Formats: sequence, structure tokens, C-alpha cells
Amino acid sequence: MTNLIVEITKYLMMFLFALYTYECFAAFRGKLDAEKKSGIFNRQIFLMYLIHLSAFLAIYAVTDDILMVLFYFFQVVLISIILTCYQMFYGRASRLVVNNMCMLILCGFIMLTRLSVDKAVRQYVITLAAVVLGLIIPVLVRKLRFLKKLTWLYAAVGILSLLAVAFFGSTSYGAKLSVTIAGFSLQPSEFIKIIFVFFVACMLHEKTDFGQVCAATAVAAAHVLILVVSKDLGGALIFFITYLVMLYVATRKLFYFAGGLLSGSIAAVIAYNIFSHVRVRVVAWQDPLSVIEDEGYQICQSLFAIGTGGWFGMGLYQGTPNKIPVVEEDFIFSAISEELGGIFALCLLMVCVSCFLMFLNVAMQMKDQFYKLIALGLGTVYGFQVFLTVGGVTKFIPSTGITLPLVSYGGSSLISTMIMFSIIQGLYILRQDEGELHDKTKQNTAKQDSPRQRRKRRDEDGIDIEDLS
Amino acid sequence: MKTESTSKTSRKSGKQKNRKNREFAVIAYAFLALFFCLMGYFTWFQFTESEKFINSPYNKRQDLFARSVIRGEIRAADGTVLADTVTDSEGNETRRYPYGRIFSHVVGYSENGRSGIESQANFSLLRSNIFYGEKALSEIQGEKSPGDNVTTTLSYELQLTAFDALGSYRGAVVVLEPSTGKILAMVSKPDFDPNTIGADWENLVSDENKDAVLLNRATQGLYPPGSTFKIISTLAYIHEHPDYESYTYHCTGEHTVGNQTIHCYNNRRHGEQNLKESFANSCNSSYASLGLDLDLDRFSELCDSLLFNTALPTTSESSKSSFVLTNGAGAGTVMGTAIGQGKTLVTPFHMALITSAIANDGVLMRPYVIDHVTDADGGMVEQMKPEEYKSLLSPEDAGILKDYMRAVVENGTGEKLKSDAYTAYGKTGSAEFSSTSKASHSWFVGYAHRDGAADIAVSVIVEDSGVGSEYAVPIAREIFDAYYKQ
Repeated sequence: MTNLIVEITKYLMMFLFALYTYECFAAFRGKLDAEKKSGIFNRQIFLMYLIHLSAFLAIYAVTDDILMVLFYFFQVVLISIILTCYQMFYGRASRLVVNNMCMLILCGFIMLTRLSVDKAVRQYVITLAAVVLGLIIPVLVRKLRFLKKLTWLYAAVGILSLLAVAFFGSTSYGAKLSVTIAGFSLQPSEFIKIIFVFFVACMLHEKTDFGQVCAATAVAAAHVLILVVSKDLGGALIFFITYLVMLYVATRKLFYFAGGLLSGSIAAVIAYNIFSHVRVRVVAWQDPLSVIEDEGYQICQSLFAIGTGGWFGMGLYQGTPNKIPVVEEDFIFSAISEELGGIFALCLLMVCVSCFLMFLNVAMQMKDQFYKLIALGLGTVYGFQVFLTVGGVTKFIPSTGITLPLVSYGGSSLISTMIMFSIIQGLYILRQDEGELHDKTKQNTAKQDSPRQRRKRRDEDGIDIEDLS
Repeated sequence: MKTESTSKTSRKSGKQKNRKNREFAVIAYAFLALFFCLMGYFTWFQFTESEKFINSPYNKRQDLFARSVIRGEIRAADGTVLADTVTDSEGNETRRYPYGRIFSHVVGYSENGRSGIESQANFSLLRSNIFYGEKALSEIQGEKSPGDNVTTTLSYELQLTAFDALGSYRGAVVVLEPSTGKILAMVSKPDFDPNTIGADWENLVSDENKDAVLLNRATQGLYPPGSTFKIISTLAYIHEHPDYESYTYHCTGEHTVGNQTIHCYNNRRHGEQNLKESFANSCNSSYASLGLDLDLDRFSELCDSLLFNTALPTTSESSKSSFVLTNGAGAGTVMGTAIGQGKTLVTPFHMALITSAIANDGVLMRPYVIDHVTDADGGMVEQMKPEEYKSLLSPEDAGILKDYMRAVVENGTGEKLKSDAYTAYGKTGSAEFSSTSKASHSWFVGYAHRDGAADIAVSVIVEDSGVGSEYAVPIAREIFDAYYKQ
């Protein structure tokens, strides 16, 4: 009987999640009226709860532990709080982003509960704290107009924190990532990413002359180099790409991007020849089975999991994801793929892509270049991180040991991603303020405002993907 | 805003916005392209690449399938069941091997780890491709589904013949079909009874047990090739000397350079020998002499191209043959190497592959032992097809070697293979393996042909017996006879 429940819920979850993913992209379709959009988002919430319920039915069936039921209700309450608060306080926030955030958090809860109840409970508590932050930040983004003026404070905080980690950090899996403060282990680079984006936006939103670019590049290079020295290659790569993207968009000069990419590639080749830990990763990527006893072990276990799970997955508790080292952090995608199936995993990836598109969409909609660059920078950080982690665990690219935002276990990663999402929400709301201002001036000049236009403005409280298509 | 086509100002602002956002769109599309590649890769991985990882013996997840699937059968090419699983009334499963020791190494075992076909086909055996509804039904009833059955290329009759012919000797026999790469038989002795391997395990793997029973000598045993290696020395000489047909050597029963002497078997004086006669009579002195003529770098290259020092194209456990000869090696080493002594080591399986390439006009077919996989109801799940692996030698070279190998049977050391039923080709060998005794392993590699039937290639080694013509050749004869009597 237990098997049957696990099997049925497995297919059910896959189906529901596919529907959810479809709705994500259906929401991007051009001209939908407010009612239809609202319908999509309500359906998403319904699907989200159903997926979560199915998963916990299976979890309860296997574990037969009444505490799981309790934990289930706690999780439902948390998600309801997030959804309700956003609706109450930020009626104009992007509902797609809120939904996706909740969906990703729930995917994380489901898999973490299955992998390690301890870690799931800890993740739950951290999420609670992060939610509070997430509810304050949109207001701050709206009110704190001096954020553009703190350029060198961002640079100083960024570089000093990274240096502190490089000198005093503790080493895990060969890289220095975290410092322990008052009993809490913290990964500063997760937060510095955001501060770094603010720094670059400050530097480049007004002036993009050569001197300005040089100064910005010098600071960015310092960030990247410190991370390389700390052997946090994934982190270094994220900073590097984010900077190049922001530089390119701000200056509109493709050769900055191309030149940066070229010098980055040369640096990578040099690093490959100098550092053994870089070579080791490349070998483990090219032919992991040949070095399965050593450096290829992680990636092989990950591929065994993904491959054996196949398209439909083994079902919750039917696989052995715990065989993958650091499965809760860097390899959660493989665990999901093994037990919930390749289709589910692909849908998860697509939900992340739809978040990324929303970030970029906000960037395009904003009028103030500073905010545009912020949204773009955060979007790049998020998108590239998703690409690195999923690409790494599937052997598409060499593994860099990076978490899947909102899904993986880890306080720093979770909180920093929640902050990023909240900033985007703040910008999304700000954009509409801007829009109203714009409309008012337009009304004054054009005077005539047809009913159709008025309706159109109301409908803009949704998504406008026109600039993307 | 772009829809408001009536308003000039907004159209203008729309354009501005578009221009302003061009770079954003570029980035968005660039990332979308990255993600599409990633999704495409993931799909490709699931459909194609994943098999390599799923089937890896390191993948312990395969065992998870055993919870819901009864391990399938392994069958000979004619359908004879070589391994099956029976479930008693209490639900205990036992793996049975009706022919026990006869197929011990090639079929392998699935307790205390896995080997042979049990290991190679593990994934197929633990998969159930029966109709989905049926599977769901057994799931509901809490029953296991029957796993897929694996039919091999093994010929029950040839395996039995080879097993009996090798008798109580240690050694190995490999039989291949050169035109397809099918493995028809593979025997290794000493053997074990897979039915009782659980109980015998401690004894088999204990330090006191020096027999290395679990080692599949056919694919993993490394032996000096002895005179069978003259096939390769001949090829090396022909490549370097287009006038090889005018080669002559006067054999006095031994060949001495400095203080190093190579003897012919029993110090027999072969007298005046051309290359073909040297080959047919396996004249050591002649080969020692021509070996000294060879360019050692080219010799090494030739051996590498014939799959020495490299993993053989097979998924079963196999050892790499080794050939080491560097420029500047002493005369004794060079002479020894040319007659198949020296440091050269080969597996019987490797020699069988070289022989089948010769029989198949130089082309080596990728050897395989799993022919097809069917579900419990007989529906085809997967059918393997013969596949060319590599051209090991040119058709001309193959032709010359065929001619020489025929001479061995017609008037050389392989005369016992003369038959009206087929035409046999081959090379015998006696490999000395100990510096202190005259004991030797007896070798034969060769193939047989009859119009209208497929050729078969064999590789036979009989450990610690004597000359090839007396021990290994008769085994090959029995196999050829059994195969062509049909």
C-alpha cells in the first residue's frame, strides 16, 4: 500500500508541477486581462498546495511519523503567511514572483524533509526569519533614495568581508567560504553578491566614461581575485559574469563584454595550468568514471542518481540520494531528479528560468538607470547561479559547488536569495509608481484619455513581457 | 504602451524605450539560449548518456530495482537457460545456474558482488518491461514483476565442448565469430560452482587459496604469447621488407649473438628456411635473426595498433596486454621478444581478437556477448547489432597471414587440424613461463572456414602442459569438429 501511495503521488506531483510550470509561462503571454491573470496566479497557488500535500502524503505513508503531519501544517501556515502578507501589504507586488518563490521554497522543504528532518527544521526556522526580512525590504527600496550614493561604502564592505573570509574563514571541500560569528556559520559572499550589484549600479548608472569604467573594473577585479584566492571558483565566476553583463549593458559596448570574456578565458587557461584543484575539477568533468575513487566521486554519484531516476523518478524514499556527498546543499537538484523524476527536475529548472525572466522584465520596465542596473545585476546573479549549479551536477559544465537558490539547504543562501527577490518586488512596485507619474504627465499633455487606455493601465498591474518578445 | 498607436509622443517614447532596452534583451536572450542548451543536454543525458552511468558497476542504485523485480534469466543463443531465479513459497529467492561450472566465469555470479554477464547485464536483468498495467497490478498486490531476460551469443554446445576438451588442465578457451564479433564460448579453469558461491566465498578469496579461481583467465589472465606472437613479428618484418618473399635463413638449431643464444624446440635443425617455412615450422632461430633486423619503434607502434597496452573493446572485466621494447634493448631481449618470450604478456581473448581480425580481412568487429533482451512475455526490448570496431590490418596483410597460417596446418606444427569438413588456419605456441624449469604453456590461435558457413576463431591456452601442437591443437580440433559437424 505504501508503495502504491508513493507511486501515485509521484506521478501526480509530476503532472501538477508540469501544469504549474505551464501557468508560469502562460502568464507571460502578451495581452491577458487582469481577471485572467489573477486566475492563473490563483490556480498556481492551488497547484502548489496540492503538490505539497501529495508529497507529504507519501512522506507520511513511508515514515508513519505523526510529527510529519505536524511539520506539514507548519509549512502550510508559513506559505499562507507569505502569500497573505504580500497580498495585504503589497497588493501590487508581482504575484508570479511571490508564487515562484513559495513554490521553490516548498520544493526545498519536501526534499529536505525526505533527506534530513533536522536540516529541514532548521531551514524552516531560517525561512521564517527570511520572510520577515522579505516583507520589510520592498518598503525600504521605495523609501531609501540615498542607496545610490553609497558607492564606496559598498566597495569597502564587499572587499573587507571577502578578505576576512579569505584570512579567517574555515575550509570546506577545499574552498574557504564561511566564517563563524557567535555560533552562526555565515557565508558572506552570498550577501556580498547583492552589495556588489549595488556598487556596480552606483558606479555606472550615470557616468560610463573610460576612467569610471577603469575604477569599477579595478574594484570588481579585486572581488574576483580574493574569491579565486579563497578557492571559491563558483563565487568568483558569478561576480565576474555579473560584472561583465552590467558593464556591457551600462556602456552599451559589446567589446567590453567580449574583451572581458576573452581575458577571463585566458585567466582560466592559466589557472588550469597552475592550480591542481582546477585541473582536478576539469578531469572530473571530462571523464568522472575514470576518477570515481577520488575527485570524480561526487559527480558520479550525482549522475548515477539522475540516470537511475530517469524521467519519472524512483519515488520519495525509493532512491538513495544520501549517497551523494553534500546532497542537501550543492546536489539537491540531483536528489530531486532521482526521486521525483527528470520531468519534475526540468520543470523546476523552468520555474527558475521564469523567475529570471521576471527579473529582467523588471529591469526593462524601470525608467531610472540605477534601478534598471540593480534588477539586471540581481537577475544575472540569480540566473547564472541556477545555471552553474544545475549545469554542474548534470556534468554539462565542470562542477563549481554552488547552491540552488531557495531550494538548497543553507541559511546564507536562503536569506540572500529572499533579499534579492524582495528587492525585485520593491522595484516592481516602484516601477508602477514611476508609471503612474509618467501617466499623469502624459494626461496633462494629451488630456484625452480613452476608456480603453484607462483599462490598459489598470491591466499593467501584471506582467508586460512585450519588451522581451 | 506600444499599443497606443494614436499617440505620437508615446510611440516615440516606446521607440526610445526599445532602444534603451536593446542590451537588456540581448542578455535575456543569451541566458535563455544557455538555459535551452542546458535543458537540451539534460534531455540528451536522460535518453542516451545515462545508460553508461546506470550500467556502471559502481552504481549501487541498480540494487534498488531488486526490491520490485525478480532478476531475469540469462540464456544461451539457442534459449537454454543458463541462470534463473526461483522463489520459494516463503518468498525467498535463489539464483540457479543449471550448468554450474561449465559457464562459471562467462555467466558469472550475483552474490558477493557481481561478475561476468550477471554484472554486465545487471541493469537489464533488474528491469521489467512488461505491460505497464500488469506492473501496476502486481504493485498493488505487493508482488514483484518479472525482470527482462537476456539472451547471449554463447553456444551451449561449443561451450560444453571447450569445457570438456580442456579437461582437468588450467587454462582458457575463447571462441569468436569473426564476421560479427559474437563470443560463442569462453571457458576458464580452474572454475567454480556459481550455485554454491555464497558458501564457498570465504575459501575462494582466502589468502591461502593460490588458485585465483575467480579470475577469468580468458580475459584477465596475462600469459607470454610464445610462438603465437610470430604472427606479429612476421607482420612487422613484412612491413619493413617488401622483398620478404626472398628471405632465407639457414637454421642450425640455434642462433647466437654475443653470449645470448636462442634455441629451436628440441634444438631441431630446420635447415634452409624461407619466411613462410620459418612460420610454419615455428623456427625460433630464424625469428631471432629477423627480429634483430626490425626497427624497434615501428615494432612498438605496430603492437600498439594491434591493441597492446590499451583497454580491449569489451565491457567485461579484462586486462591490458603489454608489449615493451625500446630502442637500445639488448640483442637477447630483442630475440626473445621476436619469438614471443621477453616481457610481452597477452590475454587469450586479445589473441582471439587479432586472429578474428585476420580471418575477417583485417577488420575487427566489436566483440559482444549479449545478443538481445526480451521482456517476460517475449517482447523485444533491445537487439544488439554487429558493429565494426576498427580495421586492425590491411586486407593484403591479412591475406599474407592467412596464407602463412594455412601453411602451419598443411605442413607445419598444426597438421592435426587437417580435415575434409573445413579448412583450418592457425599458429601454435609453447610459452616458457619459468626461468628455472622447461615447463611451458601450450598455445593455439587460429580459425576455420567452410564455404556456406560462418568462420570461427579460437584461442586456446593450456597451462603448464607442453608444446602447442600436442595439447592446445587437439582442443581446437574438437571445437572446429563440433561446430562444422552440423
